[in-house]
Amino acid sequence: MQKIGVFVCWCGSNIAATVDVKAVAEALKSEAGVVFSTDYQYMCSENGQAMIRQAIREHGLTGIVVCSCSPRMHEATFRKTAVSAGLNPYMVEIANIREQCSWIHKDMAEGTEKAIVLARAAVAKLHKNAPLTAGTSPVTKRALVIGGGIAGIQTALDVADAGFEVDIVEKAPTIGGRMAQLDKTFPTLDCSACILTPKMVEAAQHEKINIISYAELDSLSGFVGNFTATIRKKARYIDEDKCTGCGVCTEKCPSRKGLDDFNMKLNKRGAVYIPFAQAIPNVAVIDPEQCLKLRTGKCGLCQKVCSAKAVNFEQKDELIERQYGAIVVATGFKPIDASAFNEYAYNDSPDVVTSLEFERIMNAAGPTKGQLVRPSDREHPHEIVFIQCVGSRCTEDAEKGKPYCSKICCMYTAKHAMLVREKYPDVNVHVFYIDARTPGKNFDEFYRRAVEQYGVDYIKGMVGKVSVEGKKLHVQGSDLLNGEQVHINADMVVLATAIEPDPTARALGTMLTASMDTNDFFTEAHPKLRPVESPTAGVFLSGVAQGPKDIPETVAQAGAAAAKVIGLLCKNELTCNACVAHANEAACNGCSQCERVCPYGAISYEEREIRSPEFRGVRRIAVVNEAVCQGCGACTVTCPSAAMDLKGFTNSQIMSEVDAICR
Amino acid sequence: MIVNRLQELLQDDENLQFVGWEKGETPFDRTPKTFTAETLGNLCYDSFCGSNLSKYLLSQKTDKKTVVLLKPCDSYSFNQLCTERRLNRDAYHVIGVGCKGKIDGEKIRKTGIKGILSVREEGETLKIETLYGTTEIPRKDVLLDKCLACKGKEHKCADEVLGESEDTCVGDKYETVAKLEAMTPDERFAFWREELSKCIRCNACRNACPACSCIKCVFDNPNSGVQNKAAADDFEENLFHIIRAYHVAGRCTDCGECSRVCPQGIPLHLLNRKIIRDVNEFYGDYQAGDAIGQRHPLTDFTFEDSEPNAERKGGGK
Amino acid sequence: MSMNREWTPNIVAFCCNWCSYAGADLAGSGRMNYPANVKIIRIPCSCRLNPMFILRAFQRGADGVILCGCHPGDCHYSTGNYYARRRMTVLFSLLDYMGIERGRTRVEWVSAAEGAKFAATMNDFVKTVTELGENKKLGDLRCKK
Repeated sequence: MQKIGVFVCWCGSNIAATVDVKAVAEALKSEAGVVFSTDYQYMCSENGQAMIRQAIREHGLTGIVVCSCSPRMHEATFRKTAVSAGLNPYMVEIANIREQCSWIHKDMAEGTEKAIVLARAAVAKLHKNAPLTAGTSPVTKRALVIGGGIAGIQTALDVADAGFEVDIVEKAPTIGGRMAQLDKTFPTLDCSACILTPKMVEAAQHEKINIISYAELDSLSGFVGNFTATIRKKARYIDEDKCTGCGVCTEKCPSRKGLDDFNMKLNKRGAVYIPFAQAIPNVAVIDPEQCLKLRTGKCGLCQKVCSAKAVNFEQKDELIERQYGAIVVATGFKPIDASAFNEYAYNDSPDVVTSLEFERIMNAAGPTKGQLVRPSDREHPHEIVFIQCVGSRCTEDAEKGKPYCSKICCMYTAKHAMLVREKYPDVNVHVFYIDARTPGKNFDEFYRRAVEQYGVDYIKGMVGKVSVEGKKLHVQGSDLLNGEQVHINADMVVLATAIEPDPTARALGTMLTASMDTNDFFTEAHPKLRPVESPTAGVFLSGVAQGPKDIPETVAQAGAAAAKVIGLLCKNELTCNACVAHANEAACNGCSQCERVCPYGAISYEEREIRSPEFRGVRRIAVVNEAVCQGCGACTVTCPSAAMDLKGFTNSQIMSEVDAICR
Repeated sequence: MIVNRLQELLQDDENLQFVGWEKGETPFDRTPKTFTAETLGNLCYDSFCGSNLSKYLLSQKTDKKTVVLLKPCDSYSFNQLCTERRLNRDAYHVIGVGCKGKIDGEKIRKTGIKGILSVREEGETLKIETLYGTTEIPRKDVLLDKCLACKGKEHKCADEVLGESEDTCVGDKYETVAKLEAMTPDERFAFWREELSKCIRCNACRNACPACSCIKCVFDNPNSGVQNKAAADDFEENLFHIIRAYHVAGRCTDCGECSRVCPQGIPLHLLNRKIIRDVNEFYGDYQAGDAIGQRHPLTDFTFEDSEPNAERKGGGK
Repeated sequence: MSMNREWTPNIVAFCCNWCSYAGADLAGSGRMNYPANVKIIRIPCSCRLNPMFILRAFQRGADGVILCGCHPGDCHYSTGNYYARRRMTVLFSLLDYMGIERGRTRVEWVSAAEGAKFAATMNDFVKTVTELGENKKLGDLRCKK
């Protein structure tokens, strides 16, 4: 028989106002096994904890019940208290008489009666508790970063600088991500490539960083500290070790039909290509859909001209299996498909472009070598209209678009407007906006400069329609401040399209069992206090994969994620969950049903020598890997013979609670 | 014919053992039994061999290669036990034996025929020798209830097949389930209380059930919270049959042994059949024991499964 | 204590630790009222709910049993609630088939953010069970007369 102590907390008046705490303490004295019962104003205070410690020692208590706030609040506190007085931490049960009693009931008699029942249930459960010891599991001191944009690069650099190995898996043939496509960056107008490419080089040259480009995560198993990832490295038909990046093959390739993804498909490229001049790895890649040799078997010109003998048409996808202790999701974003917004004539005129397309047009390394010309006739435009919030801030019931603010569009539109006006003062620039959102360091100053210094025409209101009229684009919108309709005959229209998570994110979330919101942004473990951790232990979030953000925020978050990864990888071992499943081998049939429902693959089978009254001999028995088991209990209910039980939430513990409540 | 074939098998391996039926004391009794080369002559297979040998196999040692006779319906239970790794398929040579429906001795008795000495089959007719002379009744009038819900003549697991089978299913096997579903909750409750009150807790259902194959039954496992021996509570007593029905959910092949062996005549299979009907309706057709290695519907899911609260009359449509 | 009061149902609510128990806590911190006859038992996941616990509760005199878990797709253990959903569907249907009113059993998905939904669910469930009256059936479903 256990010797149980009951401690009823007043929580000031939070509990005591609707629960007669003294009556609860008194009522519990008559429960079987209860040898001590008392109440106190604040059990979680140092004095309250001291009272518990003293009672444990004085009365030789084998377990304690604390009637207080939710166990989610102070279970850990009281477990530590128990440990400091020599008890096993799992000999503590909490009766939640605040959130689930005093705070929801107004009647004192009712509240008190319920509190007594809840306390009795906790005592009943405690009678069936057993001391538990948590196991430990080792930590693989290597991190996997998924995504090689600025977020992934920054996280990888920070983790690697702390001395840990990092693998970056990037689905494109080069790292760099969206930032590599940008021309200038707000609010400083420094060149994006000039600040990004040194980081790319640093990552490539870092002895602790291994870049696996043109690759995606194929499958993942394991758990925090012990993930096993299978990475599919797609065939690029070029030997990465041999290719020197000289580019001769890209010049000789006779196929010219492939669209250049890096330039937002604004121009064509060969079937063998290097995405951009500063690509890392600076290695060519063959597009199998365009390559004549791969499609028809005829050609092979690139192979003939390659002096490094790097072209290999036989190359196949390669599967790489590696162990990791931590995983960082840095999958970034893409602009939404603007073709759904044909009210802006995006499908009707090549002169209606998205902001990222405009970014490439303005870039000196872009399809127009930085000359601002209309994509349709390569003529210099004189009138440009920018339309903001295309697909952002849509109502929940809208057929298209996103409910959220994409956060970066106001600023990059101001940047575009300013850059155009600076380089081409002859061009009139109009911006239709709902609100100009500029909360950031030097952001509002930047926006005001666009308006005041560069004379950008900001029109508060939305555009109703863009129609193609000859060579012109007729833009019809409203000016809310002046209360009038505006008609502009523009040469170009630029759509500030919303951004959305990369399409690979959803499948990745499922693979990682990391939760996502309805927009497919990864959910943080706590929106305020744990913003860079996913609720899944060992999975961390970096960059826009978690939500829209600009470059400085992304870099800051990437560093924060790195700090969390470093904190994890510094540990030699992790303490496992003590509340794990366990099979009673005398009752286990070895029927394999538990294995089928285990989400973690924690159950395996062993032939064991069994000596029980029912059976003597060797039998197949379920064995739980305690480091992998997360304690959900799916197996315990599937088990037909109740051989499988969950420590801390055993069948008999829960039955005892039921009995106490239904007494 | 069967014994001849078994003797042929003995010529290749004289150490074989055989699992079949033996004649019992009354004209209707046929008992599961393991035979050796010496005792093989006592093996009998006729229209009274209704019992399912699959469960019996669990209690037999398999140090010798075993030849087992399985009717089409028994093969489902055999497969299910192989799926649950309680039987090792490789340890058995399965002979599928033909079945045209088995006869229920109780039904013969209930016709009022007294002083039965022996029963002979002549085609579709049973000739019954009694102290008072010979009587005839049509065979189809006295088939076991489970044969009226026959799953078909296909052997789901056989290394060889001897004899012809016939599908003896008549009508819709869910007819009674549907009738119960159509009642009011109070009527249903009255029906089940009436039936379950007859239970004398002899455990015949649990002993005969091939799905109730646990080495240690929950009703005997003090950690399960279900067992009542020490705690002297009445949970097990009160809810025995609900617990049992739920425990075999997804694994029950609808072999009908529970009702066949119940000395009180409780239609226990109507509980299992209700679950089978629900599972088929909610999650798609599933027959436990159809093949070895199946994943049963309660250890599986789809993202689009229906919600438990959906209003269904009596749990039906 | 309850002798001199009019009958109120006894409700057992099983709540998964990650979503619904937190949702119940949130209902508490939001001071959202629901009847005191709802008593919560914390389980790690809705898939830990053994049907035996429900049967036991009914047999011991509970008038209604409700399971609350994470919304499908949000399970902390990724798939637990999908198993729970099937198990409860089959169990509730079986109980219904034996004459136990469907209103006495319920499954509701309540996230950690849905304190208001938790309180509303409990209010509604208590109302439904109160209308059904005392559960005499399962306590009385004897094998022996």
